[in-house]
Amino acid sequence: MTFWRAVGAIVWKDVRAELRTKDIFSSMFVFALLAVIIFDFAFELRVPSMKMVAPGIVWVAITFAGTLGLNRAFVIEQDKGSMAGLLLAPVDRSAIYFGKLLSSLLFMLLVEVILLPLVMILFNLAILSWQQLVVLLLGTYGFAAVGTVFSAMAVNTRAREVLLPLLLFPVVVPVILAGVKMTGALLDGEPFSTLGNWLRLMLVYDVGFTVVAYLTFGYVVEE
Amino acid sequence: MTGAAGTPMIALRKLTKAFGSKVALRGIDLTVAPGESVAVFGPNGAGKTTLIRILCSLSRPTSGSVHIGGLALSTHADGIRRHLGVVSHAPLLYDSLTAEENLRFFARLYNLPDAGPRINAMLERVGLTGRRGDLVRTFSRGMVQRLAIARALIHDPEVLLLDEPDTGLDPQAAEMLHRLLAELSGRQPRGATALPDNSNAAQPPPVGADLRGRSRPTARTIVMVTHNLERGLAIADRAIILANGRIALDASTRDLGLTELRALYDRHAGGSR
Amino acid sequence: MARNDRGLTALTAVAAAGILLAAAFALILAPRAAGLTPNETFAQRIIYFHVPSAWLSMLAFGVTMVGSIGYLASGQRRWDGLALCSAEIGIAFTLAAMASGSVWAKPAWNAWWTWDPRLTTYTVVLLLYISYFMLRDAMDDPARRARFAAVYGIFAFLSVPITFFSIRWWRTIHPVLFDAKNFGLSHGMRPVFFFSLAAFTLLYVILLLHRLRLERSKEAVEGLREQLGY
Repeated sequence: MTFWRAVGAIVWKDVRAELRTKDIFSSMFVFALLAVIIFDFAFELRVPSMKMVAPGIVWVAITFAGTLGLNRAFVIEQDKGSMAGLLLAPVDRSAIYFGKLLSSLLFMLLVEVILLPLVMILFNLAILSWQQLVVLLLGTYGFAAVGTVFSAMAVNTRAREVLLPLLLFPVVVPVILAGVKMTGALLDGEPFSTLGNWLRLMLVYDVGFTVVAYLTFGYVVEE
Repeated sequence: MTGAAGTPMIALRKLTKAFGSKVALRGIDLTVAPGESVAVFGPNGAGKTTLIRILCSLSRPTSGSVHIGGLALSTHADGIRRHLGVVSHAPLLYDSLTAEENLRFFARLYNLPDAGPRINAMLERVGLTGRRGDLVRTFSRGMVQRLAIARALIHDPEVLLLDEPDTGLDPQAAEMLHRLLAELSGRQPRGATALPDNSNAAQPPPVGADLRGRSRPTARTIVMVTHNLERGLAIADRAIILANGRIALDASTRDLGLTELRALYDRHAGGSR
Repeated sequence: MARNDRGLTALTAVAAAGILLAAAFALILAPRAAGLTPNETFAQRIIYFHVPSAWLSMLAFGVTMVGSIGYLASGQRRWDGLALCSAEIGIAFTLAAMASGSVWAKPAWNAWWTWDPRLTTYTVVLLLYISYFMLRDAMDDPARRARFAAVYGIFAFLSVPITFFSIRWWRTIHPVLFDAKNFGLSHGMRPVFFFSLAAFTLLYVILLLHRLRLERSKEAVEGLREQLGY
C-alpha cells in the first residue's frame, strides 16, 4: 500500500510541477506537430495518398516526442540533484520506476490525444476511434515502460540524453511495428478482431518488459 | 532501531570506496554512539562527501561494511532510510513546487500519518511559514537551505547527516542553522548565549519536541561535514579530520580549543595538496 | 598457467584446422544443390558459412545476457568481462553473416540487400549491440558501466525474439531453412553443414577465450597504472 502511495506521490509531484511550467508537454507537442508537418512535406507529392503513410508518420512523431518527454523526466531530477531526495526516501526503487513511468505515460497520451484530431484534419483521415486509442495506449505504454529505464541510464552517462534514442529505438521496434500495422489496418477499415495477433504481441511486450524493468531498475539508480 | 544498549548507532569497518582507479576512501574505521555528534573536517578531495553519501545509502562501498542502528546498510537499506535525515549542499527540492508542496511530497514519500501538523511545525521552525505558498524557484539560497533542513527533519529522523550545510548561507540563516543543530545535538552551543526557555510564547517549539510538546529524551546522532572549524567545534562531541581518504585525527572536543584544532588541521590536512 | 597456455594453443590449432576443413568440404566436397542456375549453385555453398555465423552470433549474444545476469546477481567483474567479450565476437559474427548473406543474395535474388523481415531483424540486432557498446563507451565509472551494460544486455537479448516474431508476420522472401518437417538441405549436405557448424562453434569458443585473456591483461595493466599513480 505504501508502495502505491509513493507511486501516486511521484506522479502527483510531476504533474503539479508540469502544470506550472508546461515545459515538457509543450515541447513534446510542438515537436510532434513539427514532425507530422515535415513528413507531410516529405511525402505529399510522391505518394498517391497520404493515408498510406499516415500511420507511419503518427508513430514516428510519437517516438520522437516520446523520447523528448522521457529524457525530460529524468533530467529534471538530475539537474537539481533531486533524484537523491527520491533515493533517500524509504521507498522501493521500483516505486520510483512506476511513478516516473506513469507520469511520462500521462504526458505522452495527452500529446497523442491532441495530435490525433490534428492529423485527422491535416490529412483528412478518419483516424479517431476508440480502437485507435487502445492501440495508442498499449503502444505508448510499451514505449514508456522500456524508455523509463533507459532514460534513467542515459542521464547518468557522459553522452547524457543523446544516448536515449540510441538505446531505445532498436528495443522498441516491435511496438512501433505493431502500432503502425494496427493503426494502418484500422484506417483501412479492418475490424478490430483481425488484429488479434498484433494485440497479443503488444501485450506480451508490455507485460514482459514491465517485469524486466521492475527487476532491473534498482540496479540503474543505485550508485 | 537503536538495538541493544552499547550498540553504536553508526559503525564503519574498513570502509573503502574507489571510482575506477581513483580511491576516495581507504579503509575507514569509525563508530558513533547514539546521541553523539561528530564534526568531520578535511580539505577538498579528502573523501568527506563520499563518506556522507555512503552513510546515507546513496553510494555503495567498494568494500567494507556499514552498520546503522545495528543493522547492515547493504541489506536493510529501506528500513534504515526511514531514520536518516540528510542535508547536503544540493537542496534536493523541486523548483516548480511551493515550499508546502515540497514538504507534502516528502511527507507522503515517508508515509507520515500526520503530515499537515508536521508541515506547519516544520515551516514555523525554519521561519518559512509566510512563504509556504511560494515557489521554491523564488527563494534565496538561505531560504532554500532552510527548507531543505525542514525536509530533512520532517520525518523526525534519529540520525542526521549533513554535508557542508552552511555553504552559501547568509549570516542570519547560518546562525539559525547553528542553533538548530545545537538543539538537535542536545547541548547548548559552546560560547553562544543560552537559548531562551519555552515559557516565552513567541518562541517556536523546539524541533526536538514531538508534536504534543513532549521533549525528546535523547539527542540525535549527528555527522556533519563542514569547513567551518569554529562552528563545527561548538556543536560536536568529536572532531574528525579526514585527509586523503583516511582518518588523520579522531579526538573528543571536550578539551580541544579552536587554536589547537586549527593547528592540528594544518598539520594533518595541510600537506595533502 | 603454462599448461593453460599450451591447452589454448592446441585448441586454437584444432579450431583453425576445423575451419580450413569446413571450407574444403563446403567448397569442394559438398554435393551440388539441384535446380539452380550455375551462379546460384556455387553461391549456395555459402550456406555452410552464413548460417553458422548467424547462429553463433545469436549464441554469443545469449552468452552476453548470461554474463549480464551473472554480473547483476554476483557483482563480480568477470561476468561483465564475459558479457563484453562475447558481445564483441557476436558483432563480428553478425557482420560476417550479413556479408556472406549479401554475397549469396546477389546471384540468388539479384540484389545485394533487401529489407525483407529476417534481414531487417538482423539489422536491428546489430544496432542493439552497437548501442550496447556506445553505452559502455559513454561511462567512466567501471562498476556503474558494468551494471548499466548488464541491464541493457538483458533488455536487448530479450527483445530479439519479440522483434523477430513481429517482423515475421510480415511477408518474407528469405528461404526458410527449417520447415515443419524437413531441412532445406538434402541428405548429402547435412554432414558438411553440421561439420561446419561445429567448426564455427569451436571458432567462437577460441575467440572468446583469447578475448577474455586479453581483457584480463587489460585489467591487470589498469591495476598497475593505478598503483603507479598514472
